[in-house]
Amino acid sequence: MTGYIFRRILQAIPVFLGTTFLIYFMVFAMPGDPIVALFGDKTPNPAVVAQLRAQYHLDQPFIVQYLIYLGGIFRGDFGLSFSGEPVTAILARTFPVTARLAILALLFETFFGILVGLVSGLRKGKLFDASSLAVSLILISLPIFVIAFVGQYVFGVWLGWARTTVSSGAPLQDLILPALVLASVSFAQIVRLTRASVIETSGLDFVRTAYSKGLSSRRVIPVHILRNSLIPVVTYLATDFGVLLVGATITEGIFNVPGVGNTLYQAIIRGEGPTVVSFVTVMVLIYLVVNILVDLFYGLLDPRIRYVK
Amino acid sequence: MSEPLSPNAAVKPLLEIKNLQVGFQTQNGLVPAVNGIDITLMPGQTLAIVGESGSGKSTTAHAIINLLPGSGRITGGEVLFEGRDLTRLNEKQLEEVRGRMIGFVPQDPMANLNPVWSIGFQVEEAIRANGIATGKEVKQHAIRVLKEAGLADADKRLRQFPHQFSGGMRQRVLIGMGLSSRPKLLIADEPTSALDVTVQRVILDHLATLTREIGTAVLFITHDLGLAAERAEQLVVMYKGKVVESGPSREILENPIHPYTQRLVAAAPSLASRRIQSSNRNLTDLGYSAPRAAEGLDLVEAAEARAGKQAATTSAGGPAIKVDALTKIYRIRGAKRDARDFKAVDDVSFTVERGTTMALVGESGSGKSTVAKLLLRLEDASSGTIAIGGTDTAALRGRTLLDLRRTMQPVFQDPYGSLDPLRNIGNTIAEPLQVHRVGDRASRRARVDELLDQVALPSALATRYPNELSGGQRQRVAIARALALKPEIVILDEAVSALDVLVQAQILRLLADLQAELGLTYLFITHDLAVVRVIADHVCVMQRGKIVESSTVDKVFNNPQQDYTRELLNAIPGANLKLGV
Repeated sequence: MTGYIFRRILQAIPVFLGTTFLIYFMVFAMPGDPIVALFGDKTPNPAVVAQLRAQYHLDQPFIVQYLIYLGGIFRGDFGLSFSGEPVTAILARTFPVTARLAILALLFETFFGILVGLVSGLRKGKLFDASSLAVSLILISLPIFVIAFVGQYVFGVWLGWARTTVSSGAPLQDLILPALVLASVSFAQIVRLTRASVIETSGLDFVRTAYSKGLSSRRVIPVHILRNSLIPVVTYLATDFGVLLVGATITEGIFNVPGVGNTLYQAIIRGEGPTVVSFVTVMVLIYLVVNILVDLFYGLLDPRIRYVK
Repeated sequence: MSEPLSPNAAVKPLLEIKNLQVGFQTQNGLVPAVNGIDITLMPGQTLAIVGESGSGKSTTAHAIINLLPGSGRITGGEVLFEGRDLTRLNEKQLEEVRGRMIGFVPQDPMANLNPVWSIGFQVEEAIRANGIATGKEVKQHAIRVLKEAGLADADKRLRQFPHQFSGGMRQRVLIGMGLSSRPKLLIADEPTSALDVTVQRVILDHLATLTREIGTAVLFITHDLGLAAERAEQLVVMYKGKVVESGPSREILENPIHPYTQRLVAAAPSLASRRIQSSNRNLTDLGYSAPRAAEGLDLVEAAEARAGKQAATTSAGGPAIKVDALTKIYRIRGAKRDARDFKAVDDVSFTVERGTTMALVGESGSGKSTVAKLLLRLEDASSGTIAIGGTDTAALRGRTLLDLRRTMQPVFQDPYGSLDPLRNIGNTIAEPLQVHRVGDRASRRARVDELLDQVALPSALATRYPNELSGGQRQRVAIARALALKPEIVILDEAVSALDVLVQAQILRLLADLQAELGLTYLFITHDLAVVRVIADHVCVMQRGKIVESSTVDKVFNNPQQDYTRELLNAIPGANLKLGV
């Protein structure tokens, strides 16, 4: 087991180097001069420009910039943003907000998605199943910003149940609506996935055998049908975590959440290499860790995977 | 239980099925699967329902405990269990009947245990659900039940998962589970058809002893008439959802009345090989003649014809196949220190003369199918030589390998998996001709018609697709495809194992006719010794990659030299039956 985890961590190293290099290169290759852009409409002072360039190593060749940045990371120094704030400070400020949002969304979609999918699968072809399929299709088809604006209008403006934008400090109750919006598409996918999986499992021989032993549906459904149906859902949740982080960019923008997505978006617009790369790097790291965790979780769900070395 | 038995009352039946009707809801309305059957089972008795696939025997079994799959439902009749109609019970009442009063042992041990729960968990939950034991006693009871079912080290293996058990072990777990509540009735739905014959025998012996001790009545569902007659006092023969014949097993076997039963008796390979064996010195002593309905299906007759022919043929030219010291080693994957070699085929040598049939017999895992793969050069041997018609095949590459394949064609077990569902039958049969660039469109067409005729299929079938064909028809198509290139050798890997007995008999007959007509050489790979008796000239018995016995069919059957061979022979169902000798 430890050998397996060690191997997975080793595998993560080239992934880490590759992604940081690619992202650094893309930011570097973006059109426009980020320093000149800082001055807006004013005529830039050549001395100040030169000083800023030197401070952010922008006068160096690309590969040197990248290596300086990489060297910093290993010392725990992620560089400075253009506002002069250390990137690590921005990370520390914004990540908890987005983490709260993403985890809330993950909880919503997992709980309601599996619940609705299970009931749909068990009542295949009935009214509940048909309507949940229709709703999930609508949610999958709509772009997330449409869902966000509709949610903002209906619950924020019309019903007045939630704030349309998140107040500073991003308290949990303010994050409920954005989290629901963020979770909507994945929720629909999980409903469909769980439903299909439950239908398949229900038809398997061991389910009939479980009933033949004299077990009631109250026992067979959670113990023999649901657990076996969760394996594809868990796979989906792992890949979905990345989607949640990306989706957070749009959702955070609309609800004005002071999180990672919002900050990252601003940094991309300004061409702030170190900030963009640092944020994406941390996201990649989280993604890698989540995937390792999910692989370990498979073993808990399915003993056949646990014993294969 | 509730009403006291008056001393002069006759014993009441345990299970009484009256005019039971079961149908499946489809897009085209209700399709009946069971059409008004009557079955009576007395307490402690064993009754077998026999029939081919689709006869409604499994549906009947599921209907009794109301566990019909999908859209199936009972549309009429009664299932009286101790006088109570099970079809009228609600879900809660049914839960009390299932497990506690009626145990169920399902067909496929590989699919009937939940792979994600330990064996102990699955046995214990059955015990708990039926209120047999509580608290710590549950585990003790589970161990006892599994030990009874023949798992000696049950206490150590309770924490293990189904995938760590062999098929036979899993079936023991299922039997233990089915009997864990000491039910009055056990429904065993083809409990051993997925297992090797020797394992089948041990498990059925054990089941018989156990149910006798507990006093459980058994409703035994099987497609094998020999097995049914050996294991049950009463037989019920089902055909297309109806009971065509029922009564004491011996009577039915000796004097089948219904034409369908007569055909079943004539075609069952287990019975046929037994008949040949029991009267080998003089076939006429048997006083047996095939019922008229079974014309062309009787395997005794087929075997006799074969023996006559074989005496007349003398081997011309060298052997068709000569295998010398063939070995195949697989590396078992694992962590470095766990890596080890597995000898799937270990120093195997045999020779097959032209125009004869060699049977390669063994249980699953004995390496017989690996030999077929090596012969076909689908895999390369680790060492040893294979000579086909005198040519060593190991060196063949490209063009010459293609030529080798032209002289040697395979037919595989699963007639459903071996035909491309998107190609029509004509194209499927013509494909080898295209690959080997034989003839033009018109001549290929003509050859397809000729081949369909040879395997006794109408030429109209050429434009149909595999899903429109029955299992037997598909296997004929697979044989036609194998014959397309006019091969000298056909390798039949379990080619009749997946077929119902009547279809199996037809295909065996067809294979014999084709051999006589075309002078084919067969390598017949099977786990079923009963079939060997009627098709083969020579037998090689394989065990754990090695050939343990090699001789002519008569010698192997009449005078087996190895314990393992004797075990295989004794495991043929019907071993204890006396068929009018």
